[in-house]
Amino acid sequence: MESPELRFPTFDFRVLSSLYENEDLESSGRGDLIPTIKFRHCSLLRNRRCAVAYLYDRLLRIRALRWEYGSVLPSALRFHMSAEEMDWFNRYKKSLATYMRSLGGDEGLDITQDMKPPKSLYIEVRCLKDYGEFEVEDGTSVLLKKNSQVHGLPLWQHVSLVVVACGLCGMWTLGFVGRSLRLDETFVSQYHSINLG
Amino acid sequence: MAEEADLLGQDSDGDSEEVVLTPAELIDRLEQAWMNEKFAPELLENKSEIVECVMEQLEHMEENLKRAKKGDLKVSIHQMEMERIRFVLSSYLRCRLMKIEKFFPHILEKEKTRREEEPSILSPEEFVFAKEFLANTETYLKDAALKHMPPNLQKVDLLRTVPKPDLDAYVFLRVKERQENILVEPESDEQRDYVIDLEEGSQHLIRYRTIAPLVASGAVQLI
Repeated sequence: MESPELRFPTFDFRVLSSLYENEDLESSGRGDLIPTIKFRHCSLLRNRRCAVAYLYDRLLRIRALRWEYGSVLPSALRFHMSAEEMDWFNRYKKSLATYMRSLGGDEGLDITQDMKPPKSLYIEVRCLKDYGEFEVEDGTSVLLKKNSQVHGLPLWQHVSLVVVACGLCGMWTLGFVGRSLRLDETFVSQYHSINLG
Repeated sequence: MAEEADLLGQDSDGDSEEVVLTPAELIDRLEQAWMNEKFAPELLENKSEIVECVMEQLEHMEENLKRAKKGDLKVSIHQMEMERIRFVLSSYLRCRLMKIEKFFPHILEKEKTRREEEPSILSPEEFVFAKEFLANTETYLKDAALKHMPPNLQKVDLLRTVPKPDLDAYVFLRVKERQENILVEPESDEQRDYVIDLEEGSQHLIRYRTIAPLVASGAVQLI
């Protein structure tokens, strides 16, 4: 993302736009300026169109970020956004959250999950750290020892464990995290990008 | 509306198999609405009653699953089914939101000029979302660029600058109810309008504009 600062030189435009609005132009004998002014006005409109197109395109990309990364953006991306864009993002986030909450039931439906059709029931997991007993949603408990491989963890498990690195063979490694996440196919893409390096 | 009362008025039995409604029909309706929404170039009428009923269904299924014993296969299959339904529902709502965001000035304009008797294309929550999106974008453009511009250039007419939905896009459809005498308008000057009949069960590739009212009434299904 490029630098977002875009400032217009206001000096020229003010002078010329006031000339344009001056309706006594013809009577004051400066009628010969009208073509120049018209031309200048057209180029102003074109400049404005380019600027607004640029800003709007950035807005669309930022909107896509919300859908890809969730509510909290990686700091590298935040650095590239202007203050106004952050404001827009926060308002958009809030608006979307209000809409999702209203969808039905107690908490509504989080439609930023389930981006892909569900493929399989279980995932394979490898543990990096010794965690001990981990209780799966349906009650059975699983022993998580360092470097052990656990097959058949139910896919929709809510876990409060974090991904430390994502395995190349499609297996995920678990560590610890502060909040509960839903283990599904988009899990890898989210955490892979955040935990790089 | 009577159907909604039916679906909402039922009690779920303890057994996860028998529920007094036709869940298959409801899911079928959801899938049809989903496909129509995906392939139509413009925002279609909202089916919030289907959304509500499906959400209720999902809740019931989840409750039933908690109560059911640990017969692994049955539980897994139901869970899979629930995930699938949730995916279709999410996808449907996402598609609508995307169209709202894409065409927001036109949709809000249509909403403003709609008469009282016509049903709204947006659900109340979607309407709030659309209005907030408009305000948000306008504020952003003003703060980021427009306030630095000379006063006579500061108003951007979003209705003209944001592209309209392309109603002349071609769509595939399957005919559910036989239609007669559909007027197809010419695309170019050499052609003239002609009239076609749509047989039940036939499939066509046709401009969306021609069959838009049929999609709304449910006589054809976009595929």
